[in-house]
Amino acid sequence: MAKYELTDDGVVVIVGSGAGGGTLANELCQKGVKVVLLEAGPRIEINDFVNDEWPMFNKIAWLDKRTTSGSWRVAKNFPNLPAWTVKAVGGTTVHWAGASLRFKEGEFKARTVYGNIAGANLLDWPITLPDLAPYYERAEDKMGVTGTHDIPRLPGNNNFKVLAAGAGKLGYKKVHTGNMAINSQPRDGRSGCLQIGFCFEGCKSGAKWSTLYTEIPKAEATRKLDLRPQSQVLRILHNAKGRVSGVVYADKVGKHVEQKARAVCVAANSIESARLLLNSASSTFPNGLANSSGQVGRNYMRHMTASVYAAFPQAVHMYRGTTMAGIVEDEARNDPARGFVGGYHMETISLGLPFLAAFLDPGAWGRDFAGLLDQYDNMAGMWLVGEDMPQETNRVTLHPTEKDPFGLAIPNVHFDDHANDDAMRAHAYKQGSAVYQAVGATKVIETPPYPSTHNLGTNRMSEKPRDGVVNKWGQTHDIANLFVSDGSQFTTGGASNPTLTIVALAIRQAEYIADRLGKHEI
Amino acid sequence: MSEKGINRRQFLHTSGLVVASAAVASGGGPLLFRPSIAWAMSFHTLDEHTAKTLLKMSRHLYPSQSIEDDQYARTIEGFDAKAKTDRAFAKLLQDGVASLDRAAQGKWLDANDEVSLQTLKGMEATPFFQTVRGTLIGADGPYNLPEVWKKFGYEGSSWQFGGYLSRGFGDITWLPKD
Repeated sequence: MAKYELTDDGVVVIVGSGAGGGTLANELCQKGVKVVLLEAGPRIEINDFVNDEWPMFNKIAWLDKRTTSGSWRVAKNFPNLPAWTVKAVGGTTVHWAGASLRFKEGEFKARTVYGNIAGANLLDWPITLPDLAPYYERAEDKMGVTGTHDIPRLPGNNNFKVLAAGAGKLGYKKVHTGNMAINSQPRDGRSGCLQIGFCFEGCKSGAKWSTLYTEIPKAEATRKLDLRPQSQVLRILHNAKGRVSGVVYADKVGKHVEQKARAVCVAANSIESARLLLNSASSTFPNGLANSSGQVGRNYMRHMTASVYAAFPQAVHMYRGTTMAGIVEDEARNDPARGFVGGYHMETISLGLPFLAAFLDPGAWGRDFAGLLDQYDNMAGMWLVGEDMPQETNRVTLHPTEKDPFGLAIPNVHFDDHANDDAMRAHAYKQGSAVYQAVGATKVIETPPYPSTHNLGTNRMSEKPRDGVVNKWGQTHDIANLFVSDGSQFTTGGASNPTLTIVALAIRQAEYIADRLGKHEI
Repeated sequence: MSEKGINRRQFLHTSGLVVASAAVASGGGPLLFRPSIAWAMSFHTLDEHTAKTLLKMSRHLYPSQSIEDDQYARTIEGFDAKAKTDRAFAKLLQDGVASLDRAAQGKWLDANDEVSLQTLKGMEATPFFQTVRGTLIGADGPYNLPEVWKKFGYEGSSWQFGGYLSRGFGDITWLPKD
């Protein structure tokens, strides 16, 4: 591992070590670029993982105080936990379930395909599927995605078998165990999946791709990476020419440290990435960095999400094996005849008893609810995840009064569901319930959204500088050596879990940055 | 006598409480209370009436046929430990119990099921109610006790057994074949 001087202004500083930042770091290091990777959380290795929901949540979740507003139910049930992301090396790739789906062609052209949807701030991406397809290929290969590159799919667990049987009864055709970044056989120095479960608690076998034990060690092996855990970036600095010149971060004892940089890439997940740009306001940039459009923090998307759980007369043991064990793709299409634009997926999900008690029906109590939990071993579950509408008023802002321990404004996350989101969720609940009823469910429960795991759009990509924050390379329109490298650059959300697209964009961005560095353009 | 996780300082025999709650039924049939199991709690800060009331409240909020009284009592012991160092928290619980009693026009502990439930519903929006409820379904509640998991058919940590790859991850047999 490399160690660079704080005064070294030849390094690229990356903020955040998850799917975007961790991948970008490795890709740049492989090309010989000097990288300082600043991660707010500690380095927690596989040996530190436990198969126990609450202890792992308390160990890895991003629990810094945030506030919420708006009519979304998360604001009522989890007012200080709008998002369920990770503060540790590897970022949210430690927690993610592994679903690795490509966007469809039309999902890059949402404004064109869906038309003018009232209240939605729709925009076409400045890139197309053909632009990204080669990088999807490389991302799938890098991550070992099942169902691609001749990698066999995973076997289905009980939870999947229930989903597949019900889906078959309804006539759904595109039903399989998913495109998962989970090894179905040993690959890339990592073992095959042991069906441990606890995918959300960090994969104990390392079969699931996470930058923690793939990209980051590979980058360290190049001796180009200087990874600094427990280093929370507070501000991005700029010089008199309006170019970024470094960052200030708080180290593990809270001391403020300044690191010079040739370029800065922000990959701190959509809430913190927008917050960091806003908190970096200066006299030159009074509304925050890269915010001449006023779009930083706006268009926050979280996917239309919901879950359906069902109880059956006999045992399912949904917790055995992978958390996201299979998928129904038939509803992931744009068919406005259903009463909404965009589409959604059904993906199995399982929670252990501790989390199911907390998340099955937040706020519920009494004999019906407890009686349902009593049927835990007979339950199956699915997550419903679809495209939500970007809205300018759904946004991350700086709290007017509340500060974090470093004296910086904490983020507030405001969200209202769009009518299209509501219509899609209603349809998804109905279809999801029908899947389980078709195979004998005695009780079906419509579970509201969990705190957001897919946080997108707050620094969106746009062709024109007035419509968004970054260009088609993730480079900010305003500042040539400032980049955004996470899901906050998504112009729209599509119906697919975002990680594969974040990784593909990071691989593509690394080529662009290395090229521009070589040409001394940044 | 079950003494799992119990201190010996003070024993409370709660057969009366158990009988009072035994009429509560859930979807699958009557709940299986075990009046024969006497359990005990030890307190440093909360008085006996407060603790007993909180225990009955736990049973009414999450009346599970798979959770024993002593397992609910672990949460109440946690309340007691927190109340020892957090006076505002202690007051929240004591005042909450007092308002339950006021609403029940007597000891809520002695109220019948219907009155008990109605009283609770009337207090649903209070911080007291939400604190007790939220704790019961969180990390410090009975659903997070490994000995409770077994009763629910939840097997907990699996990696040390090699996961479920050869232990039934796909062993379901009752699904329709077509």
